[in-house]
Amino acid sequence: MAAQIFAYIAHKSGKLDDSALELTTAAKKIDADASITAVVFGDAATADAAAAKAANTYKAVWKVADSALAYPNAELIRPMLAKLLPEGAILLLPTDSFGMDLGPGLAVKRNAAYIADAIDFEGAKDGKLVAHRQEYAGQVYAKVEANLSGGAVITCRPGAFAADEAGGAGGAVEDKSADAGPVPAAKRKFIEVVEAEVGDVDITKSDVLVSIGRGIESQDNLEIAFDLAKAIGADVSCSRPIVDAKWLEKSRQVGTSGQTVKPKVYMALGISGAFQHLGGIKGNPFMLAINKNPKAPIFQVADVGVVGDILEIMPELTEKVTEMKG
Amino acid sequence: MEHLALMPPSGAAFFGIPVWFLAVVIPVAAICIFVRTLALRLQPLMKAAPDVRTDRIFTRTWYMLKFAFGQYKQPRYWTAGVLHIAIFAGFIILSARSITLVFLGVTDGFYLPGLNPESFTGAAYNILKDMAATAVLIACAIAAVRRGIFKPERYNVPPKIGHDHTGEAVLILGMISGLMLADGFFEGSIAAAQAAQGITPHFLMPATVPWFASKLLSGVPLESLQTWHINAYMVHEVIFFTFLNVLPLGKHFHVITSIPNVWLAKLDKGTIKPVRYGLEREQLDELESLGVKKVTDFTWKHILDFYSCADCGRCSDQCPANAVKRPLSPRFISIKCRDKLFRIFPLKGEGEPNDELIGSVLSEDEIWSCTTCGACENECPIMIQYIDKIVDLRRGMVDAGNVPQSLQKPLSALEKRGNPYGKMEKKRAEWTKDIKDEAPVRVLDIAKGDTADTLYFVDSITSFDDQICSIAKAAARALSTAGEEVAVLGPAEKDSGHEVRRFGEEFLFMDLKDQNTEAIASSGAKKIITTDPHAFNCLKKDYENLPPVEHISTTLLRLVRQGRLHLNAADPEKVYTYHDPCYLGRHNDLYEDPRQLLDSIPGLKRVEMARSRDTSFCCGGGGLMLFYEPEEETRMGSIRVDMANKAGANVIVTACPFCKVNMEDAIKTSGLEGKMIAVDLAELVDAHVVRPEKKAEPQAA
Amino acid sequence: MEILVCVKRVPDTAENEIAVKADGTDIVRDDVVYSVNEWDNYAVEEAIQIRDNVGGTVTVVSVGDAESEEIIRREMAMGADTGVLLSDSAFEGSDGLGVATILKSFVDKGKYDLILTGALADDGAGQVGGMLAALLDLPYASVVNKIEVKGDKLLVGREIEGGNQEMNEISLPCVLSIQTGINEPRYVGIRGIRKVASLEIPCDGKDACGLDAGIIGAAGAKVKRLTYFVPELGEGAEMIEGSTEEQVEKVIEILKAKGGIK
Repeated sequence: MAAQIFAYIAHKSGKLDDSALELTTAAKKIDADASITAVVFGDAATADAAAAKAANTYKAVWKVADSALAYPNAELIRPMLAKLLPEGAILLLPTDSFGMDLGPGLAVKRNAAYIADAIDFEGAKDGKLVAHRQEYAGQVYAKVEANLSGGAVITCRPGAFAADEAGGAGGAVEDKSADAGPVPAAKRKFIEVVEAEVGDVDITKSDVLVSIGRGIESQDNLEIAFDLAKAIGADVSCSRPIVDAKWLEKSRQVGTSGQTVKPKVYMALGISGAFQHLGGIKGNPFMLAINKNPKAPIFQVADVGVVGDILEIMPELTEKVTEMKG
Repeated sequence: MEHLALMPPSGAAFFGIPVWFLAVVIPVAAICIFVRTLALRLQPLMKAAPDVRTDRIFTRTWYMLKFAFGQYKQPRYWTAGVLHIAIFAGFIILSARSITLVFLGVTDGFYLPGLNPESFTGAAYNILKDMAATAVLIACAIAAVRRGIFKPERYNVPPKIGHDHTGEAVLILGMISGLMLADGFFEGSIAAAQAAQGITPHFLMPATVPWFASKLLSGVPLESLQTWHINAYMVHEVIFFTFLNVLPLGKHFHVITSIPNVWLAKLDKGTIKPVRYGLEREQLDELESLGVKKVTDFTWKHILDFYSCADCGRCSDQCPANAVKRPLSPRFISIKCRDKLFRIFPLKGEGEPNDELIGSVLSEDEIWSCTTCGACENECPIMIQYIDKIVDLRRGMVDAGNVPQSLQKPLSALEKRGNPYGKMEKKRAEWTKDIKDEAPVRVLDIAKGDTADTLYFVDSITSFDDQICSIAKAAARALSTAGEEVAVLGPAEKDSGHEVRRFGEEFLFMDLKDQNTEAIASSGAKKIITTDPHAFNCLKKDYENLPPVEHISTTLLRLVRQGRLHLNAADPEKVYTYHDPCYLGRHNDLYEDPRQLLDSIPGLKRVEMARSRDTSFCCGGGGLMLFYEPEEETRMGSIRVDMANKAGANVIVTACPFCKVNMEDAIKTSGLEGKMIAVDLAELVDAHVVRPEKKAEPQAA
Repeated sequence: MEILVCVKRVPDTAENEIAVKADGTDIVRDDVVYSVNEWDNYAVEEAIQIRDNVGGTVTVVSVGDAESEEIIRREMAMGADTGVLLSDSAFEGSDGLGVATILKSFVDKGKYDLILTGALADDGAGQVGGMLAALLDLPYASVVNKIEVKGDKLLVGREIEGGNQEMNEISLPCVLSIQTGINEPRYVGIRGIRKVASLEIPCDGKDACGLDAGIIGAAGAKVKRLTYFVPELGEGAEMIEGSTEEQVEKVIEILKAKGGIK
């Protein structure tokens, strides 16, 4: 029997999170024949908007709407999902602050297996599912096997599964609000989101870093790095000399005397790769290094290297990426 | 006995009160107040931690003669130094005169033994003291102008620390001047009276204060001269005893405390005081609290240091942390702690609570900012110590768990891995693999009983840092060329713990020391060589029972002199300057060997920086300091590189791995890349070693 | 406030290069050094600070082998009042749910107002806190980076995407998983550890916990680790040659594939 897989559609006021299109890919990796249903929670307006968008990718969309669900509070959604999902269902969530909040408790409530932060699947077989995930801050990978007899709750790492951009699924949106039951009384009340201060970038939380070193040569050239970062959706970090020169604030410095970063992609641009700098990069990110000096130690640790002048290459990258994105 | 031209004080009256009465009452009252003040000032010393300062009395006495009486360090700051020497010498000379004057109020014709004015020595003394008084008066005038009008920057007090001390300084200078003038008029009035009465006046040295006074008073009626004479006496009496009681109230306490303070000075540079004198290692576990938290946790000698600080600002003027505007100024450690002591133990009323220093009197950053370079201690004219105090304060913070996050990681790595980078022990000798063909380095397997006569102690940064292990490779290559066997402990070597100890984590240091001591003992080494001055200082001063330790500069110099290493000529385009690493120079007086080694490279052009040898300017600090993030406006290395540039050098030669790291960074941030390089002495020598030419490799077809 | 902090002894990723054994059954454990899970350490510091502000006690509990005593001691040197080890051969191979079940049995024996765990540990799953809350039917908040006590409620901040902070009010008792950076954990020196070196750490096994072997240990696990592996990595960087234009094309292609372009 093919698995019944549900994808929790994260959205911000009706605008879908990137993970919404990735979970369908993940679901197909688990079981190509599975029936995949998107589940959307929200208040009436946002749930409608998100469900409509999800229906573009998912053939079936379940919508649960209530004014109390305007902000996704895992404490409210967990008991409703526990009730709503059919027995033996597999629920996919993004690995983010919401998925981590919701998932483990939901698995307990449904007596389901829980797989955290999956990055790949080997496919469900004989009631068992093998998933790949990382351990030890990404230093090693592990294959784990989940027993699907009670279903599963799985969080999937954002970006690990390709987004399904095909669209045109023309899915049907079904209002399941009644099946999910009334919104329970909350012992945890959402109050507000305190936005990070503008310009106060926390590079330790960035997935992609455009990290610049002395190869940037002068303060005036910083703009080139920021343009590139903006184009590819990254944050700008740097090595110590840049901070020493007071070109960038200390909070952007990567290294033993600066921040420890754990990005997924690290672009070391004009950074020679001193020990003190590398000490601040954890989690084994994919590293691209560009440096004029072919003997720069950064090339020993980088995955991909380019010998060249960053002041020449960065603007070209920016231009191409902008072009590509249209 | 000469004819009395004027009624002496003992027989005269002052505003109707017999002077003899005042001359008894004023000193007795003043001395009572003074004794009470001293007793109160002694209170904290009694409550303070123990200290051992009475060993090696000959050395101590020599120090006292040289540094206290000889004022040896004063001329390092020329103007202030000469002024101070004048005033100090005057004080010593005039103290006999002032005592004599006090007694003259009671008995006329009093003189101290050996100073009978009728005798040659007495007469000579009288001339000398008049000259001294004149010199002191001139020095005071210059000093007052300097402090009050020119205000050298060194004496500034940031508003957050307190008011500046110019007022106090000028008051004291005024009192000293008053004493000089009073005696001048006391003497001058007699001479004037003698002249008026046609008696042959006793000899007054021309152009001295009494001589001027006698000239000023010539022609003044005799009765008035009598008044001048007695008033001058009383002015002297009052100022003298006021002065005595003002001294213990502030920085002029040094007049009383600095001579004993110098006798009690720390004699062993580069060492760190034990956690608590008199306690065995096992007993340390039983201590309720460790290090300095409250001001009375300092040792009594450290409190005496606080009392003795004359606030001259030389320490802070030399301090590299102060120069880059880190929140540390050694002078204010003394002044702030002294003022705290004065508030806890006030001369009247309730004292302030004896609470924790960190957070109120001192700040965490202030205490972590010190690189322990020793420039302050080296400069202090009266041998006040700072490093031991900083380390004791850090011990207190470590004990309270109050350690910056940036330091916690390397400390934890040191605990677990024996190096601050968290690298695997087995990788400690990785660097030897790159040079195994040119310079085989024997990595001892201590567990298997391997031994070696000479051991190269590499220490952490040189073992693990990809950029810095070039120093180890260079040293090994040079030693190999000279036919020396190079052996290292490899995984059995742990961080020397030099900075661990100086950052206050004494127990971790002891663990590292134990492990290294055991490994070195097992290696059977008879000599240890190191390229790292921090390791050098640590093994020499912090460890016990080790074979002799030598820095590579000494070793290489000897090999060159023995003709076992020949050096090629230096690049004539390059101008070299040698940067004295703190732990080689100031803490170990090793200034010459590195310079002679440099000069043994034929044709090498060498210049000295404005600050060199014992005034060398710290590069920014080594060991754990590399991990600490101080608030600062610029980096010490940048200032140092600038000095090298100004000296006309394009190569900075260091003899310390941390100096190299800091200098290289500074060259980059100062935009001098391509114009200046930093190189370690061992690397430089290795690059110039004459080696037998290798046979040409057969060309690949 | 009575606070329980659940801690775990883990290989210290900052001080180890983790490698996989040839047969993939485990990581190479020779030369590996262990310490308290970094997130747990922040949780203990937070608990100590709350206790110091409002009174109460801090208990530290760990599920693990006998060696875990070491980290319980360390947390006690930091300032926790009591420490308990839950250890039994029957616990080995437990999955997240198994560990949460063992912890629940301990929680049931006491009365705690606040239970803290680290947000993540060495396996990167971040599951035990949420599972424990569900087993105890207590409210839960994950990745907490701020706690303020307000009577019988807490104001908690959660670290959400984009560096933003989600503020919640949560009623006590509750379970929170703590994110790094919530505080600055105090340093525990060698002397502090020596002071607690001789403390007896009570150890409860399966029976003392009143647990059935069926739901804990390898037998009860719904999720099992099959093997460890390390994806193939080349020697040094793969260098991209060619003209600048070609290089740029290639870089963009690679960045896209690795999720470097959003």
